[in-house]
Amino acid sequence: MSEHHSDDPQAQGLNRRTLLRHCGAWAGAGALYTLTGGIASSIGLDTALAMAPKRGETKPFTFLQISDTHIGFDKAANPNARGTALQAIAKIKALPIKPEFILHTGDITHLSTDEQFADADAMLGETGLPIFHVPGEHDFLDEGGGKAFLTRYGKNTLGSGWYSFDHSGVHFVALNNVANLKAGGMAHLGDDQLAWLKADLAPLASSTPVVVFAHIPLWTVYEAWGWGTDDAGQALALLARFGSVTVLNGHIHQIVQKVEGNISFHSARSTAYPQPAPGAAPSPGPLKVPTEQLPTMLGIRTARFLRGSQPIALIETPLA
Amino acid sequence: MPRLSFLAVGRVALALALSVPTLGISPPGVMAGVPARAQTVAIKNFAFVPQVVTVTPGTTVTWTNTDDDPHTVTASDKSFRSAALDTDGKYSFTFTKPGEFAYFCSLHPHMTAKIIVKAG
Repeated sequence: MSEHHSDDPQAQGLNRRTLLRHCGAWAGAGALYTLTGGIASSIGLDTALAMAPKRGETKPFTFLQISDTHIGFDKAANPNARGTALQAIAKIKALPIKPEFILHTGDITHLSTDEQFADADAMLGETGLPIFHVPGEHDFLDEGGGKAFLTRYGKNTLGSGWYSFDHSGVHFVALNNVANLKAGGMAHLGDDQLAWLKADLAPLASSTPVVVFAHIPLWTVYEAWGWGTDDAGQALALLARFGSVTVLNGHIHQIVQKVEGNISFHSARSTAYPQPAPGAAPSPGPLKVPTEQLPTMLGIRTARFLRGSQPIALIETPLA
Repeated sequence: MPRLSFLAVGRVALALALSVPTLGISPPGVMAGVPARAQTVAIKNFAFVPQVVTVTPGTTVTWTNTDDDPHTVTASDKSFRSAALDTDGKYSFTFTKPGEFAYFCSLHPHMTAKIIVKAG
């Protein structure tokens, strides 16, 4: 630790913490004096250093979003969905900046079979990274209506599989909007999940960056094809007070983005097959494209949080 | 779900055929005078085709999925429910009670349809 002090701590790039240590070492004293409302008070320097900083400390980090791997799909749009998933995983392993974890925004498997889940887990395990999952509707097709998914990924989740976690000062919220869907509707969160979300967000400062991930888009991309969540409005109202909210979704196998106030929405490419743009085909089924075009329509997404900068930087990487 | 024996269905069919000169509804592909016991519905382009079907009690409806995406046949009142049907997958259900049975695809809930069961 330096013995001398500088007249201009800003030039030294000192933050509050290092400045306190610096001054303390110089002064030989261990007291911090503050003046609040005209009344001076002092606390020990050790105590001051131990206090949480006023704003959540976010340091730069990178994570990865992968979506709609559909392990088990083998129809015309891509007879080798397993092969393209492996290509995506090779790209993840080759990224110059290693992600700290992966978010899988669902449709891990095509038909929720044990073999397909096991295969997906083995492939994604090759990345060596922690993976956080949310289910797609293709992951809730077992006779138990989701038991297969929850047995594998449901530990420490609530209800039909929702949960949250914090990483480097960013709050991540995982939602399930593919359970208990009702006839004629779109995707659905349900009252229990919304009540949990309200309680989960309540203690957070509005300056906390929030990332929400769920399979089906949380905004209405195209109602005629069910591309939306009928009660997402209630969730978005709870998120409106935050300075930075990033919503990451899958399901539609193409990138569509929207910004609404401080909330930005991003759907993702699949690693299995593309789907038509809204209304560009009679139905949202798998879209067959020329073979050489297929890898350009599949891909992964890197998300980077930068120091002092609220919005995350998203980098799309197609397979070719 | 009560099962009708083959013979019981046959007897009912015969009684209907003899007592009713013409049926109110003749599903396509059925010869006049032969009561319809089977009805097919295609699952195609994320829709049930035909979307509304009227059958007589005792009719077996068979759904066939021709899409490259799986679908399910799920009754809104939970009275029948298929497993996930992949491409070319089939599901059959025999409707014994009169009434209107709304159903949908639980993966793609905007796909809705109805079976109306009405005595001829």
